[in-house]
Amino acid sequence: MKYTDEFRDREKAKILIKEINKLAATIEIARTRPINIMEVCGGHTHSIFRYGLEGMLPDAIELVHGPGCPVCVLPMGRVDDCVSIAERPEVIFTTFGDAMRVPGSKKSLQQAKADGADVRMVYSPMDALTLARKNPDREVVFFGLGFETTMPSTALTVLQAEADGIENFSVFCNHITIVPTIKAILDSPDLHLDGFLGPGHVSMVIGTAPYKFIADFYKRPMVVAGFEPLDVLQSIWMVLKQIKDGRAEIENQYARIVPEAGNNAALAAVGKVYELREFFEWRGLGSIDHSGVKVRDDYARFDAERKFAIPGVKIADPKSCQCGEVLKGVIKPWQCKVFGIACTPEMPLGALMVSSEGACAAYYQYGGVKKHTAARPDASVAAVS
Amino acid sequence: MNVRPPPPKRVLGGVFIPTVTLAHGGGGKAMKDLIDDVFISAFAGAAPEVLEDQARFDLTMLATHGDRLAFTTDSFVVDPLFFPGGDIGKLAVYGTVNDLAVGGAKPLYLSCAVVIEEGMQVETLRRIALSMAEAVREAGVSIVTGDTKVVQRGACDKIFITTTGIGVIRPGLELGIDHVKPGDAILVNGLLGDHGAAILCARGDMELETSIESDCAALHGLIEVLLAAAPGTRCIRDATRGGVATVLNEIADASGVSIEIDEALTPLREEVRGFCEILGLDPLYLANEGKIVVVVPPEESAAALAALSGHALGQGSSIIGHAVRGEAGRVTMQTVFGGRRIVDMLVGEQLPRIC
Repeated sequence: MKYTDEFRDREKAKILIKEINKLAATIEIARTRPINIMEVCGGHTHSIFRYGLEGMLPDAIELVHGPGCPVCVLPMGRVDDCVSIAERPEVIFTTFGDAMRVPGSKKSLQQAKADGADVRMVYSPMDALTLARKNPDREVVFFGLGFETTMPSTALTVLQAEADGIENFSVFCNHITIVPTIKAILDSPDLHLDGFLGPGHVSMVIGTAPYKFIADFYKRPMVVAGFEPLDVLQSIWMVLKQIKDGRAEIENQYARIVPEAGNNAALAAVGKVYELREFFEWRGLGSIDHSGVKVRDDYARFDAERKFAIPGVKIADPKSCQCGEVLKGVIKPWQCKVFGIACTPEMPLGALMVSSEGACAAYYQYGGVKKHTAARPDASVAAVS
Repeated sequence: MNVRPPPPKRVLGGVFIPTVTLAHGGGGKAMKDLIDDVFISAFAGAAPEVLEDQARFDLTMLATHGDRLAFTTDSFVVDPLFFPGGDIGKLAVYGTVNDLAVGGAKPLYLSCAVVIEEGMQVETLRRIALSMAEAVREAGVSIVTGDTKVVQRGACDKIFITTTGIGVIRPGLELGIDHVKPGDAILVNGLLGDHGAAILCARGDMELETSIESDCAALHGLIEVLLAAAPGTRCIRDATRGGVATVLNEIADASGVSIEIDEALTPLREEVRGFCEILGLDPLYLANEGKIVVVVPPEESAAALAALSGHALGQGSSIIGHAVRGEAGRVTMQTVFGGRRIVDMLVGEQLPRIC
C-alpha cells in the first residue's frame, strides 16, 4: 500500500536500529539501568507489539506503555452508568467496537446486549446520528470516548444534531484530555521515566505547545511520534539524542500530520460543545484534576448524563490490580500479581487487560518475544511464587 | 378379477404464497408442498424418488472408496444471507465438504436440515436451495436426507442450515494435526481473509466500497491433487472462523512444536490489507471459506507448492513458514519490519479499534 509501506521498510529499520544502538551505548544512565521511554498513546503500544519493535531494540532501552488507551482507563462506575442507560427500553446505545468488552462492576455492554439491551456497534458518531434520524421514536445515545483525537468528531456531531433539529440524540461523554494525565504521571514520586513519545493524533488536534511544561518544568524530552514502525524508531532515536545532548525539548517527528499549532477548526468545535470537568476518575490512576470534559449547559439536551438518571456510583478498582504501577512504569505487566491468573483478556480485572491497546492485553496477546517466556501466564505464576 | 392399478407416479406439490408461515412447519400438506417445491425440485436427481425417514447406504459400495468412514457436521448462520462471492447455501455445502476433505476423505453424502423464521420469502428460500443444488453438483456429492422446521418470528435469524457429511478415507492415509515435526513446511493455498472481509463489508455498516469477494469453494479436488504430489502430508486444516492464526495455534499445540511464519510471505489481497488497516483488524484472524493450511515434510514442500499452485483454487499459494523445535504450542511471526511477535489464539471476536 502506497504511503504506508514506505514506513515499514525493513532495510531502513536496520539502519535506524544500528544508530539507536550506537547512541544508547554512549548514554551515561544506561550504564546503571535501562533508559525508560514512555509511549503515551495506545496506538503506539499497538504498533510496538504489532511489529515486534521491543525485540529489535537494545536491552539498554525499556519502553513503558502509558495510559493512552481511552477504553482501558474508563472506570467501572462509568461502565455501570453506560449499562444503565443502554438497558432503558427506549434507548439504542451506540459505541465503538472495542468498548463493548470493558467490564463494569456487574456487566459489560456485550453482556448487556446479550441480556436484551439494544447496543449497536458504529464506526463514527455520525452513524449514530443517522440512526437517530431513522428511529425518531427511540433515543439514540452515543458513547463518547477517547482523547482529543475523537473529541472533535463527537462535538461536530452534536453541532450537526442541533443544526438539523434532531432531539432524540445524545452523547454519554467520557472524553478525557491527555495533558493533565501526563502531568499526574510526572508528579508521581516513584517516577522512572527519562523521556516520552508524544501522542500523534491527539497532537494533530491540540498541536505541540501544550506539552511545553514537560520540557521546561520537568526537564524531560518528548518527541511527538507517528504510528508506523519507522516513525516509532525514529522518534526513539530523537529522544535518545536529546538525552545524550542534555536537552529537554518538545520535538515533532510526525510533522507530516501534526501542525505545531494544532487544528483550529477542531479545537473551536470542541470548545463550543465541551468544558473541563473539575476532576475525572481513571481506572488505575484514580481521580485526576481537569482530566475530563463534559457537555456545556448550552447543549444540555444532547447530554445523556442529564437526559437520563444515571447511578453515578464510584466503584473502586479491584485491590489486587496493579494497573497504576504498570502505567507509571514501576513494574512490567507480567510482574503484576494477577497477570494471566485472575486477570486475562477473557475476564479482565484491570484496565490494561481490556483493549488490545492496553499494555497487559498486548503482552498477553502478542508478547514481547525478547521477554515472552516471562509474559506467559504459566511463567508468571512461577514469577510470583 | 380385481386388479389394482399401479400407484400413480409421485407428483411434486407446490407453494403458491410468497412467504413461509408456521403452517409450513406443521407436518401436514403445506409442509410437504414446501419441501417438494423448494428442496426436492432443486435437488432433483440428487435426491431419491421415494422418501423414507432415513437414507440407506450399501456398505460394499462405500467400501470401494476406502476403509474408514469420515463423519462431520456443521451449522451455518450468516448475515447477510447473500454476499459477494456466495451465500449461506453454498457455505453449507462447501463447509461440510471441506471438513471431510481436510481429513483426506472423499466426500459422498450430505444431509441438510433447515430452521426457517416465519415470514421468510419463499423466493429467497428457493434461491438458497438452488444455490445448494448447484454447489452439490459441482462438488459431486448428493444430499440424501433432510429436515425442515419453521419457527416463530424472532426465534431464529431468517434461516439456519445444518449439514452433516459422510465421506470415505482410503487405506494408508493418516492425516493428523498431532503429526507435525520440526522442519516441516507450512503452506496456504492463496490469498487470506477474503471471506471475513467480504462479509464485514456486505453488512454495510462501514459504508466501505470494496471489490472483495468471499473465497468459498469446495476444496476436495485441490486436496486430491495435493495428496498425490505430497503423499507424506502431515495434516490439512481449513482456516475458517478464527483464521490461519487459530489453525496454526491448534497445530502447534497438538504436535508440541513451535511454528514460525513470515509476514512477508503471507498472501494478502491489497484490498484486504487496506480494509484491515482502516478497521484495526488482523487479517490472520479473518475467516476463510476456501483456504487450507497444509503441513508437509521438508522434502515434499516444493512438490506440494507446485501442486497447489497448479490448481485453479491454489492461485497465490505460498510456503508461509515452518515448524521448529522450541516452546510447544508457540506461534511467532517475523514481521515485515524485521521484528518478531507472538501470534496467539484470539480471545473473543475481533473488534474494530477506536482510533
